[in-house]
Amino acid sequence: MIAPVDEGELAVLVAGADGPLRVRGGGSHGIGGPGEPISTARLSGITLYEPGALTMVARAGTPLAEIEAALAAEGQYLPWEPPDLRALTGATGAPTIGGVFATNTSGPRRVVAGAARDFLLGVRFIDGRGAVVRNGGRVMKNVTGVDLTRLMAGAYGTLGILTEVSFKVLPRPEAARTLALRGLDAAQAVAVMARALGSPHGVTGAAFLPERAEMLLRLEGPEAALPARVGKLAALIGPLTEAACDWAAIRDGRALAGAGDVWRLSLTPIASPAVVARLPDGARWFMDWGGGRLWVAAAPGSDLRAALGPIPGHATRITGTGGTRFHPEPPGVAALTHALREKFDPRGLFNPGMFD
Amino acid sequence: MDMPAPDPRILARKAHVAARLRAALDGARVIDAPQDVIAYECDALSAYACPPLAVVLPETTAQVAAAMRVCHEEGVPVVPRGSGTSLVGGALPTADAVVIGLSAMTAVLETDFDNRFIRVQAGRTNLSVTGAIEAQGFFYAPDPSSQLACAIGGNIAMNSGGAHCLKYGVTVNNLLGVTLVLADGTVVEIGGPWMDAPGIDLLPVICGSEGQFGIVTEAVLRIVPRPEGARPVLVAFDSAEAAGATVSAIIRAGLLPVAVEYMDRPCIRACEAHARAGYPDCEAMLIIEVEGAEPEIAAQIAAIRAIAARHAPLEFREARDADEAARIWLGRKAAFGAMGRIADYICLDGVIPVSALPQVLARTAQLAAEYGLEVANVFHAGDGNLHPLILFNANDPDDLHRAEALGADILRLCVEAGGCLTGEHGVGVEKRDLMEVQFAPADLEAQMRVKDVFDPHWRLNPAKVFPLHLSAARRGAA
Repeated sequence: MIAPVDEGELAVLVAGADGPLRVRGGGSHGIGGPGEPISTARLSGITLYEPGALTMVARAGTPLAEIEAALAAEGQYLPWEPPDLRALTGATGAPTIGGVFATNTSGPRRVVAGAARDFLLGVRFIDGRGAVVRNGGRVMKNVTGVDLTRLMAGAYGTLGILTEVSFKVLPRPEAARTLALRGLDAAQAVAVMARALGSPHGVTGAAFLPERAEMLLRLEGPEAALPARVGKLAALIGPLTEAACDWAAIRDGRALAGAGDVWRLSLTPIASPAVVARLPDGARWFMDWGGGRLWVAAAPGSDLRAALGPIPGHATRITGTGGTRFHPEPPGVAALTHALREKFDPRGLFNPGMFD
Repeated sequence: MDMPAPDPRILARKAHVAARLRAALDGARVIDAPQDVIAYECDALSAYACPPLAVVLPETTAQVAAAMRVCHEEGVPVVPRGSGTSLVGGALPTADAVVIGLSAMTAVLETDFDNRFIRVQAGRTNLSVTGAIEAQGFFYAPDPSSQLACAIGGNIAMNSGGAHCLKYGVTVNNLLGVTLVLADGTVVEIGGPWMDAPGIDLLPVICGSEGQFGIVTEAVLRIVPRPEGARPVLVAFDSAEAAGATVSAIIRAGLLPVAVEYMDRPCIRACEAHARAGYPDCEAMLIIEVEGAEPEIAAQIAAIRAIAARHAPLEFREARDADEAARIWLGRKAAFGAMGRIADYICLDGVIPVSALPQVLARTAQLAAEYGLEVANVFHAGDGNLHPLILFNANDPDDLHRAEALGADILRLCVEAGGCLTGEHGVGVEKRDLMEVQFAPADLEAQMRVKDVFDPHWRLNPAKVFPLHLSAARRGAA
């Protein structure tokens, strides 16, 4: 594996590359195409943190744990709750901030706070010619030119190798409560979660665990405000009980570890039960994002895109080896993304085959 | 500001192009009489104007696609237009261009409260999107000052913000999907009413592409529940430093107001003369709005009061009822109109890190003095998005020239402070020639490659965003 020590060395390596490169941060997603692994792990370190401006700049290989510790020391956090997929992938490398943005992965709070890409303010990256490209910046509002910054979020390194990212952070809520409603089926659960998420009471997590027939709502905010909010939610949707809940386990899909190929589906929440009804026999599942995210573990080789049928949305395979990982794009969109990859990486160096 | 000379071959074929558009558009309006196309010669940056070849006002995505196909086949440039409220010439035509306007596409196509989205035609105005959902307790969050008039399609093209985006984000953060008509008339659906893309996400490059990548005809927008209540406070200070330090301390304390607006003395005086909102006559004033349930509002205001007290405020005024809340916002919302009463002005849109606020304001005042011009400041302080208003006399060409030069200097100052040229208005033609202040050649080349993908012949909204000398080869090849 190649691990350049700085952006300049990385640029030279890419410019001189004569074959495919498997772009990786910490390797915690356990994915990548053929080719020489090239890691940003040594491009590490927080380069700027202004808590009063809610902004941080860090090199792409900075461990996520280091970022989260620095933020916690100032009472701030990454609102989109980046997942740690290692329990599922079995990978050992530590997640990096570059990997968080390159994969645009977001946890339970995404349903109200926004995705990783919504907090990304600026990037530096190396394109397929070995040129250093800068886009965005470190200010919270910026519409200067084409937004390559958020284009890089979710591109899985196929358009360039991130070397530095700047992003918005937020004050960490003072307190959290989890409330449970039990004995629901999937359809009842998504209906209740829709009511909760459509209320102004500050719900920041809405999950349904079918094996316990348990719907969970998370409220976050000032300690003094939570009792009143709990009361209002209960008045809206019924008798809630306070429950203990490990939201990090929901975030990471841990309940599905070892249960087969793990898939993540993105759906309109209310359609989620209809997809559940179409899952292959023996599949295990749970819902996050009020039903908008369906986590499924199915027998190896299952293709959950078939379960979607005519229902709008998409499915991505997180673990397992059978078939394509990403949902095929509609032809018009695929033509655009293919052309973009050719423009940014004309020699097809970066993670070839990633989306095929 | 230069624009490329119109193509005489296209001008000579005007009647032919208009006839083809009429035939293709099946009853939708095609405007080509010289006295009628005048209405589309400019947007809200009225210093620049040029009547287009023709204007079409389609009613459906299929009609937009048909018009785009005709223009593609005829090699005619296309200028997309929402409501024409751009402050940067985003909808400024060239004489050889067809304007495709969205004003006849205003329908609500779908509202879904359980899944929390609305699907609209892109000509619908920002405020009327909220109008379609507010009875059910929801609203559409981005709120540009022009929200009564501006179209969602224009908001998407410019990635518009507003006073409340400190909490709710700008357009890109509230956009779930679009129907996009490409330059050759191809229609693509990107995204949808779910929360992420399967891989490469094209929405962020389409949002903010300033009409250069295609025309958005329909949009799926995230809707959010309206908070139980909201209340503004007004805090007056005798220095910009004290106001700036208060803003930073509020954010630092973990409070997240929905809006933090700043006005300086020249702006306050102009607003008072115009709107009589009862503002104090002071060096700097903040309007801070918080929201939530009543006890939470009270707690947040108490915390803000305590923080402000450490910076020697001249006055801390809390709205006691809806009428007082409206009066606090009255002057701010009238600010641009109020400034327009006393002089012509150029409204800038630079962004700086919040921590640089006092230095940048002080340097702005110095620069203004050097140019012999007055600058009034009204802006979104929570996110560092400045709107310096440079006052000048438009009837004096020298005055205009100096005002533009001062504006460029202030924007350079923003970039040097770690910020950017534009936070929510866009580049358009206004800041096109300053792009090299912020970006290196490789940065702009990468951006232009995205345009190559969406618009290989460079015919959509020509001569915007990229400095002409950088785009010349691409436009010439078209």
